[in-house]
Amino acid sequence: MSNEGRKELIVSAIENGTVIDHIPTHAVLQVMRILNLEQSPHQVLFGVNLESKKYGRKGIIKVRDKFFDSIEINKIALVAPTATLIEIRDFEVVSKKNVEIPDTVEGFVKCFNPRCITNHEEVPTRFMVVDKENLKLLCHYCEKITKKENIVFL
Amino acid sequence: MKNRSLVSITDFTKEEYLRILELAQHFERNPIQKILEGYVVATLFFEPSTRTRLSFESAVNRLGGKVIGFSDASVSSTSKGESLADTIRTVSNYSDLIVMRHPIEGSARWASEVASVPIINAGDGANQHPTQCLLDLYTILQTQGTLDNLHVAFVGDLKYGRTVHSNVIALTHFNTTFHLVSPEELKLPSSVKMHIKEKQLEYYQYTDIQEVINKVDILYMTRIQRERFSDPMEYERVKNSYILTNSMLAGAKNNLRILHPLPRVNEIAYDVDANPKAYYFQQALNGVYVRQALIASILGLV
Repeated sequence: MSNEGRKELIVSAIENGTVIDHIPTHAVLQVMRILNLEQSPHQVLFGVNLESKKYGRKGIIKVRDKFFDSIEINKIALVAPTATLIEIRDFEVVSKKNVEIPDTVEGFVKCFNPRCITNHEEVPTRFMVVDKENLKLLCHYCEKITKKENIVFL
Repeated sequence: MKNRSLVSITDFTKEEYLRILELAQHFERNPIQKILEGYVVATLFFEPSTRTRLSFESAVNRLGGKVIGFSDASVSSTSKGESLADTIRTVSNYSDLIVMRHPIEGSARWASEVASVPIINAGDGANQHPTQCLLDLYTILQTQGTLDNLHVAFVGDLKYGRTVHSNVIALTHFNTTFHLVSPEELKLPSSVKMHIKEKQLEYYQYTDIQEVINKVDILYMTRIQRERFSDPMEYERVKNSYILTNSMLAGAKNNLRILHPLPRVNEIAYDVDANPKAYYFQQALNGVYVRQALIASILGLV
């Protein structure tokens, strides 16, 4: 079986559900965590270091019988900006879209500033995305910027 | 502005600030007015601050209101482990307005979201201190007769000084030319310079204070703190380069005024105090008028 054929099998062997494709291979577990798939009642399959024509190597996650809402989808964009969402019903691809970095990020990223109230009391974090290209998040509370390399997920 | 909180200098528009400054002039002329009779203002100071707290309390008292609160977190139930949110919700029941200082950054924004009464931020850690900024604007207006087109120098710790950050951001509304004097390690952060650039205003950076004295209208001095330096040798090297003495003012413009948020340590020599250009104690007095104006606006009494 060719590589192409194997990939075909991985992606399409799902009757209903969502395939998250083109995830940077190092980000697969992070995406699983952000979407809370470890606690999911659905069947979840994932792969890392798969071959990709576009990116060399990629990761993939398949979730059976689950369709994500836009908030969940946009969370993925923070760690996997290249990801593609493929929705499948009755073995057919019904939609395919790229993730988009949202304007605001609420509740799942930790503020980098140790002196921020969100790191001292039970306050849900909230950021404005002030730079989508370099991913800079401005904290709604302490007004400090958390940069891409400092992002930690809650 | 009725029933709105003031947490950050960016919460109000230029017009709203000008309205507060105009009202402050009114309170400067008539500081004793009993418009706050029957009102209770809570001053919650989770960290000590003599000047800011007394200035708020003086403002409330002169307007005939009552003040409740504490000036030290150790006497509040915070010391029993109560969350800020619970303290604020409780005090909301006892007061019409809460003035709060807290060492944690973002605490004032959070308080404004859980309180059922408006919050005035009197300092949240190194983040914001908007009433200081308002009183500085008022003082600039009072001494120069205008806020527009001025040359303003900020001297000292421009990196961590929250008053400098708020003042720079506020002054970008008034076509200010900025002269920024600091040691290399304590330059104005790029996030603040961004505001100057957005408005396409001019700014110049210096390490020598003498270079700016003769060309500016306002000389805003700040304290340089030892703990801000990663290298103690560097602190020792620069600590005496940012001290203003009277003899340095010989060639200054007539309208120059020297401001300082206080407390000062040694950055303004005592021999400057007698110079008519020294204006920092009048600046502190203006804090009362500006806070009267702000409190009266937020409570909808003017």
